[in-house]
Formats: sequence, structure tokens, C-alpha cells
Amino acid sequence: MNPVLQLETVTRIHGTGPTEVRALHEVGFAAYAGELVAVMGPSGSGKSTLLTLAGGLDTPTSGAVHVEGVDLAALGQKGRAAMRRTSIGYVFQDFNLIPALTAAENVSLPLELDGQGTRGARKAARFALEEVGIGELGARFPDEMSGGQQQRVAIARAIVGERRLILADEPTGALDSETGEDILRLIRARCDAGAAGVLVTHEARHAAWADRVVFLRDGVIVDESGSDRPDALLEQAR
Amino acid sequence: MSVRNALLALLEQGPRYGYQLRAEFEHRTGGTWPLNVGQVYTTLSRLERDGLVAGQGADGEGHVMYAVTDAGRDEVVSWFTSPVPRTQPPREELAIKLALAVSVPGVDVGTVIQQQRSATMAALQDYTRLKRRPTGQGSEELAWGLVLDSLVFTAEAEIRWLDHCEARLRRAAYDRDAAIERPVEARAPLVEPIEDEVPR
Repeated sequence: MNPVLQLETVTRIHGTGPTEVRALHEVGFAAYAGELVAVMGPSGSGKSTLLTLAGGLDTPTSGAVHVEGVDLAALGQKGRAAMRRTSIGYVFQDFNLIPALTAAENVSLPLELDGQGTRGARKAARFALEEVGIGELGARFPDEMSGGQQQRVAIARAIVGERRLILADEPTGALDSETGEDILRLIRARCDAGAAGVLVTHEARHAAWADRVVFLRDGVIVDESGSDRPDALLEQAR
Repeated sequence: MSVRNALLALLEQGPRYGYQLRAEFEHRTGGTWPLNVGQVYTTLSRLERDGLVAGQGADGEGHVMYAVTDAGRDEVVSWFTSPVPRTQPPREELAIKLALAVSVPGVDVGTVIQQQRSATMAALQDYTRLKRRPTGQGSEELAWGLVLDSLVFTAEAEIRWLDHCEARLRRAAYDRDAAIERPVEARAPLVEPIEDEVPR
């Protein structure tokens, strides 16, 4: 089985000369369908860089990033943007919702930008909102919702249209511990339903929702814990 | 001691016999701290000696029943209304191990930390997997859920502490290297000497 996301000896260097910062150094990383992988590490360890590269928001200095077998570098900027609208769902710490749009409009926006008809996009948005448990809040604006509800909208936006790769950057950051747990449950459920997920966090309690936990230090993967893939697959097959 | 108080609290809900107490204790704490029945009976006889429970003879099936006394009831109230004392830190094998690892020459402390972090993370993942199971809404499910959360938070704290140890060790190693690299005469004095008093 091919991974949904694969980083091959990826290095990312910011700046040049004396101000050069090596954010990632020859990192190999993969996330398979049905799997949630957590990336942990202190500030500056490169975990957010890994996620922006995986999401095609940034390109590596060397090495390659593949999403569903497609080399993101070969796509060009327009192609990467299209990939982000159709295959990759991003969940940010601060929700990143558009305040002037309702919850349903926020969720359907990526589909509409991708050229889907409004009716189909709205229907998909309604399904996604129901999946995250707030089907009745579609007409609300972000400032009419609690933090937990807003993050549910953001997750609905990240999973709408059957996207297969979910990238989450500290998605529980501003939420209390129980609401945060609900959000992790949703991401977990989407991975159990077949998506590949990458969760960046500095909290072990959140990382523990993942099948595997990768530890980054100074741009290098130093450690990994959790079930390794063959065992996990055997267990699923049983 | 917690088993003693826990058994008293269970008896406050009505007379019970030893096996019943063990089963209820384990059920409410998710079997996290298994009790052997011998320990239950030893505890009951001590509680009886101290006048906190009273044996009530055997029921129809031959189980020896125990009931809480008024003094026992007071003891339960006082347990629930006072904090668990934290005067003497419990003997923590991991903290002792790291303290010795940094002070015994030749131990690769970084590896000790990394291995422990992986193991604790794996345990944390196991606990979290248990949380993923659907549970009922009853007070006994809630009781077990809280015990599970306690294990989760303790494991998380251990991982945070290990991260912190690692950062401190790296900082110490960096400071040591910097001290070696810097020539002795260039090292800044701890206290700026007053001009006149500097010996020539």
C-alpha cells in the first residue's frame, strides 16, 4: 500500500549565509490511509515546517513531498493550490474561519473555489457539519459560536469532499481539555474511516490519540513510538 | 491508607462481604490496582479492631458480612473532606534512576531519557485507546473514566518532565563545551572588580 503522504529525505533551509536556519534535515516520513501520526517536539524543532511542506504551503530545499503519489514540486503553484482544495484538509490552532461567511459557507468554500456547483457544495458542507456534530449550526457566523464549535467547523472544512489527508497544527491549542478531546476524537474518527492524518502538537496527551508518535529535535527525527505499521495492519486484519 | 478508606467508603453504602468489596473496588477503579482477597480480609479485621466496622455474622450463603460503625462513618467523612497528604514524596524509580544516571560516569543519559519517553508514550497511547471505547453514562463508568484520566495526566507529566530533563542536559552540555572553548583569561569575572583593588 502506498502512503497518502510521503516525505523523502526532505531538507528545508530558511535564509542563507550566517543567518541560515536548517528547519528540517533529511527527514523521511510517511502517513498511510487509516492512520493518524503525531509529530512532537519543542518550539523550533521543525514540526510546523514539516506540516507546511506536507500541505504544499511551502517547498523543500531538497528532497520530495508526495501526496497520493503526486510529487508536489512537479505540480507548480497552481497545481498545489488545486491539490489543497481537493485532497488536503488543514486544521489550524486559531480555526482560520472567514468571519463574514456562515459555518456552511466556510465549509463549502473550498469546493466552490474548485468549480463545484453551489448546490452540490452546500450539500457536501451540510453532511460534513453533521459529521462533526453541529449540523444545526450551518447558518451561524463564526462569532456566534464557541471556540469548540468553531474548531468543529474548521474540521468540517478540512474533511469536506472526502479529502484523504488531514493536517492539523495544534488543533486543540485554545480549547479547554474536554473540548480539545472532542476535537481529537473527530480527527481520529476520520482517520479510522480511511483518511491519513498528521497531528502536530507539543502535548503528549494529545499525541497519544495517534497510532504513531514521531519526535523531532532540531529538524531531525530522533525517536518514534507506537505500533509500527506491519503490526498495526495485522491487528486490523484479525 | 487508601485501601482502608476505600473499603470503608464502600461499606458506608450498606453491609457487604469481602469478595463483594474486592469486586466493587476493582470495578470502580477499572482494575487498575488489583486487590487480593486476603488483603481485603486483613484490612477488614484491622477496621474491626479499630471499631470502624462491625462483623454481622454470616448471611444465608455463609458470607461473613461487615457494616460500618458510627466511628467508621466519621472516618469516611474526614477522608473525603481532607486532602491526600503530599508530605513525603513517593519513592520514584525513574527520578532516582535519572539522578544516578547523570552522576554515574559512562551512562548515556540521553538514551535513558529517550527509551523512557518511548515507553511512557506507548503506555499513554494504550490509555488513550481505552478512552476511545464507547462508555455508558453511569457513575461507575465515570469513576473508571476519572481513574483513566489520572493515569493519562500522570504519564503526560512524566513525558513533559523527561523533555525538560533533556533540554536541561543539552543546555548543561552546551555550557560545558563553551567553557572549554573559551580561553581562561577571556572569561568574564563573576563580579566586576573595583579598579583600585585589582592586584597588579
